[in-house]
Amino acid sequence: MNSRHSVIRESRATQFVLILATVAILVVLLLLPLAVVFSEALRRGLPTALAALASPDAITAIQLTLLVAAISVPLNTVCGLAAAWCIGRFRFRGRSLLITLIELPFSVSPVISGLVWVLLFGANGWLGPMLDDAGIRIIFALPGLILATLFVTLPFVVRTLLPLMQSQGATEEEAALTLGASGWQVFWRVTLPNIRWGLLYGVLLCNARAMGEFGAVAVVSGHIRGQTMTMPLQIEGLFNDYDWVGAFTIAAVLALLAVLTLIAKAALEWRIGRRGGMLA
Amino acid sequence: MNATISRRPMSRAARRSALPGFRLSLGVTLLWLSLIVLIPLIALALRPWSLGLTGLWHAISEPRVLAALRLSFGAAGLAALLNVPLGLLIAWVMVRYRFPGRNLADALIDMPLALPTAVAGIALTALFARNGWIGALLTPLGIKVAYTPAGVLLAMLFVGLPFVVRTLEPVLMTLPREAEEAAATLGASRVQTVWRVVLPALVPALLASFAAALARGVGEYGSVIFIAGNMPMVSEIAPLLIVIRLEQLDYAGASALALVMLSFSFFLLFVLNGLQARIARQSAA
Repeated sequence: MNSRHSVIRESRATQFVLILATVAILVVLLLLPLAVVFSEALRRGLPTALAALASPDAITAIQLTLLVAAISVPLNTVCGLAAAWCIGRFRFRGRSLLITLIELPFSVSPVISGLVWVLLFGANGWLGPMLDDAGIRIIFALPGLILATLFVTLPFVVRTLLPLMQSQGATEEEAALTLGASGWQVFWRVTLPNIRWGLLYGVLLCNARAMGEFGAVAVVSGHIRGQTMTMPLQIEGLFNDYDWVGAFTIAAVLALLAVLTLIAKAALEWRIGRRGGMLA
Repeated sequence: MNATISRRPMSRAARRSALPGFRLSLGVTLLWLSLIVLIPLIALALRPWSLGLTGLWHAISEPRVLAALRLSFGAAGLAALLNVPLGLLIAWVMVRYRFPGRNLADALIDMPLALPTAVAGIALTALFARNGWIGALLTPLGIKVAYTPAGVLLAMLFVGLPFVVRTLEPVLMTLPREAEEAAATLGASRVQTVWRVVLPALVPALLASFAAALARGVGEYGSVIFIAGNMPMVSEIAPLLIVIRLEQLDYAGASALALVMLSFSFFLLFVLNGLQARIARQSAA
């Protein structure tokens, strides 16, 4: 440490105290909740926990969660790519309005993200009675779960791609075009390889949210056991039934997913040289 | 929030873009945004008016609704207020110091964003219940957290913290050190320098981080409802009341309450964008 910097640095003792305080906050507020999930899940031993996971309702919940994510994540990825192409590569009137609309779902309460679909398709909703006559169920069924998930996970892919595409610029794509490549060739051979890690980053965050979403799907699910309960909803059901081990076992699976997401995210951040935060 | 999307015009070359696919990508984007975001939100904005103006007023001025709004906004405001100094401390340490386990700490900061809210909710409840790891320490002191409004505050502290840290970190990183050096050279103590030179420069970022944490706390549902106890008039948050109204098939009442919350969120978003623009100008200057 040279003298130039020592005047704008805290003393060693102060640094030590501040670091200690930070670590204490992180451990108590963030690490303990994570640890307690695994500890409670394994309270009666691993076999009991595994048996809870193998129950028919738990298996249905896991399958439903995977199904909802498998439909909504690709949809939001493809549309997110289209939006990133159009907003990141062209300039047109209403462009910043589109950006605002894309960011909107992040500032809406999860409960409201579910409510809007009930207002459209619920029993007392705008289109509800019409769909009911046609025998189509959206609310309290799979389509409702997917719509609510689509709403809350919409911004993730675009929001990671846009800054990346803007900073890269369009020169490489224009060069490819001049050399005679077609539009799709430019996209597949130039754009996609350039943004692949950023894309993976966005998909990762989108998937984590899709599998873990609670509030929005709680509103549209109707909580039908073995039918419309995703893993987070199953946790609520078991917890309210005082099935402590059952609830925490499913919670442990989702917590494990969260930990893996954070590890993959750190690896990707290192790869794309970007730092800090799932918010961007 | 750190990699802000530029709203400024792009370079001349991109403006007269020779790239194909504009119509197709714009078409897909418009269809996607209309179906998933715009039409549902319009449905929400129109629904409460079916009650008429007086009916709407009754729906949102009911004592139970007012109590829920007061709790949601009050607890979220207090949590954001507490999160700002906590987050500033963490951001400061993460940006300026190197210590063993720093990378682990950095990953941990995003935990509340990665952990599903229902998982966070039952985990906090288990920790702070009377016989929980932390609850058992607090009970002899007469402090009850789980199933009280304090539980609501705790859950909002948990979910809001990363918003504060991640808003402050990039600003701290780009803060010019010359002013600090000048202050130190002129004889200011380190405490004086931080208080008089560093903190004033951070004010817009601190306000932005407060707004972001507040916005998150107000709308939070999953992590709160397990630990809150959900007593009407005491520990019932506004999003839960929306769910209850919906279960009673009172769509208009639910959407009236939702509209009040949504208006506030948009107002916060507006303030936040203004602050972010100010921060961007400041770091460009």
